[in-house]
Amino acid sequence: MATIIVDNRTYRVDERQNLLAACLGIGLNLPYFCWHPAMGSVGACRQCAVKQFKDEHDRCGRLVMACMTPASDGTCVSIDDPEAKAFRASVIEWLMVNHPHDCPVCDEGGECHLQDMTVMTGHVYRRYRFPKRTYRNQDLGPFIRHEMNRCIQCYRCVRFYRDYAGGRDLNVFGAHDALYFGREQDGTLENEFSGNLVEVCPTGVFTDKTLFHHYTRKWDLQSAQSICPHCSLGCNTTAGERYGILRRITNRFNSRVNGYFLCDRGRFGYEYVNSDNRIKRALLRPELDRTKPGKPEGVPQILGVAADRLRRARGIVGIGSPRASLEANVALRSLVGPHRFVPGIDEREHRLLSTILSVLRTGPVPAASIQDAEESDAVLVLGEDLLNDAPRLALALLQSVRQQPMERADELKIPRWDDAAVRNAVQDRRGPLFVAGYRRTWFHDYATETYFGAPDNIARLGFAVAGTIGSSAPSVPDLTNEMRDLAQRIADALTQAKRPLIIAGTGSGSHATIEAAANVAWALHQRGKQPRLSFVLPECNSLGLALLGGESLKEAFDSISQGKADTVIVLENDLYRRAEQAKVDAFFDAAKTVIAIDSLEHRTTAHADVLLPAATYSESDGTFVNQEGRAQRFYQVFVPDGDITESWRWLRDLARAESHETDGLTGVATWRNLDDAVSDTAAAVPEFARIGEVAPSTGFRLAGQRVPRQPDRYSGRTSMLSHLTVHEPPPPHDPDTPLAFSMEGYRGPVPSPLIPQFWSPGWNSIQALNKYQDEVGGPLREEMPGIRLIEPVATKAPSWFTAIPRPFQSSPHRWLLLPLSAVFGSEELSNRSPAIAERISEPFMSLHPSDGARLNLEDKVTVELALQGTTYRLAVRLDPSMPAGTAGICLVPDVSGVRLPAWVDLSEAVKTGRKQRVA
Amino acid sequence: MMKTWRYIRDLVLGLWIVFKRTFTKPVTVQYPEERPYLPPRWRGRIVLTRDPDGEERCVACYLCAVACPVDCIALQATEDPTAHERRYPEFFRINFSRCIYCGYCEDACPTYAIQLVPDFEQSEYARRNMVYEKEDLLISGTGKYHGYNFYRVAGVNIRDKDKGQAEHELPPVDVRSLMP
Repeated sequence: MATIIVDNRTYRVDERQNLLAACLGIGLNLPYFCWHPAMGSVGACRQCAVKQFKDEHDRCGRLVMACMTPASDGTCVSIDDPEAKAFRASVIEWLMVNHPHDCPVCDEGGECHLQDMTVMTGHVYRRYRFPKRTYRNQDLGPFIRHEMNRCIQCYRCVRFYRDYAGGRDLNVFGAHDALYFGREQDGTLENEFSGNLVEVCPTGVFTDKTLFHHYTRKWDLQSAQSICPHCSLGCNTTAGERYGILRRITNRFNSRVNGYFLCDRGRFGYEYVNSDNRIKRALLRPELDRTKPGKPEGVPQILGVAADRLRRARGIVGIGSPRASLEANVALRSLVGPHRFVPGIDEREHRLLSTILSVLRTGPVPAASIQDAEESDAVLVLGEDLLNDAPRLALALLQSVRQQPMERADELKIPRWDDAAVRNAVQDRRGPLFVAGYRRTWFHDYATETYFGAPDNIARLGFAVAGTIGSSAPSVPDLTNEMRDLAQRIADALTQAKRPLIIAGTGSGSHATIEAAANVAWALHQRGKQPRLSFVLPECNSLGLALLGGESLKEAFDSISQGKADTVIVLENDLYRRAEQAKVDAFFDAAKTVIAIDSLEHRTTAHADVLLPAATYSESDGTFVNQEGRAQRFYQVFVPDGDITESWRWLRDLARAESHETDGLTGVATWRNLDDAVSDTAAAVPEFARIGEVAPSTGFRLAGQRVPRQPDRYSGRTSMLSHLTVHEPPPPHDPDTPLAFSMEGYRGPVPSPLIPQFWSPGWNSIQALNKYQDEVGGPLREEMPGIRLIEPVATKAPSWFTAIPRPFQSSPHRWLLLPLSAVFGSEELSNRSPAIAERISEPFMSLHPSDGARLNLEDKVTVELALQGTTYRLAVRLDPSMPAGTAGICLVPDVSGVRLPAWVDLSEAVKTGRKQRVA
Repeated sequence: MMKTWRYIRDLVLGLWIVFKRTFTKPVTVQYPEERPYLPPRWRGRIVLTRDPDGEERCVACYLCAVACPVDCIALQATEDPTAHERRYPEFFRINFSRCIYCGYCEDACPTYAIQLVPDFEQSEYARRNMVYEKEDLLISGTGKYHGYNFYRVAGVNIRDKDKGQAEHELPPVDVRSLMP
């Protein structure tokens, strides 16, 4: 710690920080633009000038940039010095010389860092009388709007996009006072993290295009904490609503999970909530006639009919869902009984998840959070396509490769926040990152070494690494010299690292890669290292569901086909994405009654006899467990219209209707609010015991008040509904959370899950986050970052996994079809958002050029592929990174039902007669 | 004794003032037959005005709504592709049964769109008739400010005004030129 003197007051701060971060950390207001807590300082904007004095007796002092000055012991500065103030005001005045008169029509207005800083410095009138510089804008695709006139040349966008997120297609062009931040020509920003430009840009050059289409100011958004449902990482988001429409998603800082950034799928995938395909009314199909569509009826009547059928049922099967909340799944489990509950995932996924779970439960190596991944200094990725399956983790790894070279900067005594100097010292050096997979993406350019092979070969590489590291770990006998050398290099890098990280997952569908990853981590642990493991899972609550237990979907299919049960309850699950079409059709045909609860119409809900409209994540409260095993609470943002309510409430109502009278209600039927749901969930599985500590309970009050979801500037309270009624109905009651659908309530420091959105007087932009932290970049005050449900207890590794697969052999007539997930297209919910849908690629099949030659297929031809009873039209892409003998099928919505990996004779399955060139 | 005298004196004084007023001109007027003079800047009913080109002035910036102390203004922004590719209010609603005619909305308006006019006669039998939608608020003139057109000074381009064509603007920068 260092003692610094700011305006004659003494403060204790961390000496590793710069002066700007230190001042913001102690709560002082100092304007800045180019500095960003996650990206360090470059001293480009000259806005954070303060006056530094040699000691207490120095009266003269000199102006320094706070962001470029270390907060070393005894530093004596003044923020309020008249000369420093005048300097800062003149910097803003220069910036405003060319800033357009746009604020009323600018989407950044009201949460603009430039507005805040202008007000803070006191600049009011434009003295400059000459014309303003203008620029032409670019079309940057469906996510981002571009308005170059507003630019203040702080360089944050290119520093984030190129240096932090590894993007290539955004750059700065031009010279002198005519700089241009954009692409070389119009076109979609390709980087998967482009959405962060909206928050990184201190003014309105880059704004959210999805928000633009239903624009609302920040002060009019009713907001609450959400957890992103679009992948397994569980990034924290703030969802904002107005007039019953979910308006936008912004990043929500969580020091253990997503930090300052989100991926584009998470940021722009929310619009499915406003989709026309939402189920809004409870529907009942006329008695046992599957040809007729369901009709809306009164909810009590539909529940009565459903309960009657449940009572008469020979047996009930409850199919849960990895994208439904933990509470909803526990409710279903309680309604149908644990032995009748299946998690609603296919057999392969079920096996993969139980292996992952046993590795995390019984092994000595803990799971890594995204923040751990960012801090790790050697990484091995086995068979996961991170950029497409868990983009935020890929972004963390792009930072992890800087960890080891950073030590060079430390040796040179360059502080880590001095970004330009650090990059100069580091140059192109990167720490060890080994990526083994079967498809090349731009992420591989950041890897020390890459390996492309079939999943079995990737697993063999993993086993070989484990065998090289650990003396007792099983080694792979029949390795090629090339692979042995590679394994040796990986093993060396991992053993030399302080915080090695091994990543595997379910993406390739390979069991062996998971076991190999566990072996590597355990071998490192045996050597006395502190390794961490990270498994990428398919969906937002996959691990929670795996903890809950239950058999695979096959069990459900069997019990219906064998006549053990005749009634099915499907909870937020499209079974056609999880099993072959024919099997699911047969399953629904055999079932006497199908009760479906979901938010969007899909093929499964079309089979429902009773269809109940479920609330999405922004309309309900619940808990998700991310791939790390971290349970996090998401809160309802707004009250939806129609019959929509939480899935667990529907299941409770079903349970109540089913049990004849009010006497002797048990389980889910007794639930009154989320607290009951949470306490029953905590009792369901031993691992869930602490789930109540994830967030404050329903009864939590501060000064006897709830926390308002609406900002205190929320407008239109007396006219929003006045066209319907002038009587101003009271705001909806929230029985589940300590939050209120109101402007009124406690405004002050609250536990982090209850913060509606980041705002502080004078700090309207998302940079207000500084005011919620004790130390810039550190955890929030009263942070509740979620509870890790699985901590390693074993000190020794359990027995090694020994099932080392044999090398992959390509067969002359059969090809191994592998899944290629897509960041835009492979996730069920985000696919239904218009902006994401625009980015979904056409369905394609990747082949090694030699396989293309064998099958007589050229690049970019369209073929028809008969697979598992369905014919798909796919474009062929010849990709040298695909292992020979395999073919990758891109999992976009058109091919969502295929079960992969699978062995298929492509020479039979591909209809070569109908080849045609794609334009 | 002194007290009683004081009472009598006050009584007589009061009666004298009443008597004097009998011969002065009354302040009240016989409304509605007779109408008072209201200065043009008197703050009564709220209208939405048009710019000199006849387009809606409102750009749906929400500043009036947030300035309103009784929160009686609700609107939604939209981009209308058929009308100049610029921002408009999709709906604009003022609940006059809540309005206190403070004029903060007019103060906040950056485009002179929302103006208060000297009309206060808004009596209705039903409260719902006090809820005005955009059609009810929009007038065909420019109101108190004749010359102002926000889009002629703003940096954004609209259909009939390209970049660099606004007042006090240079033509767009040619990024590929290195000339000083």
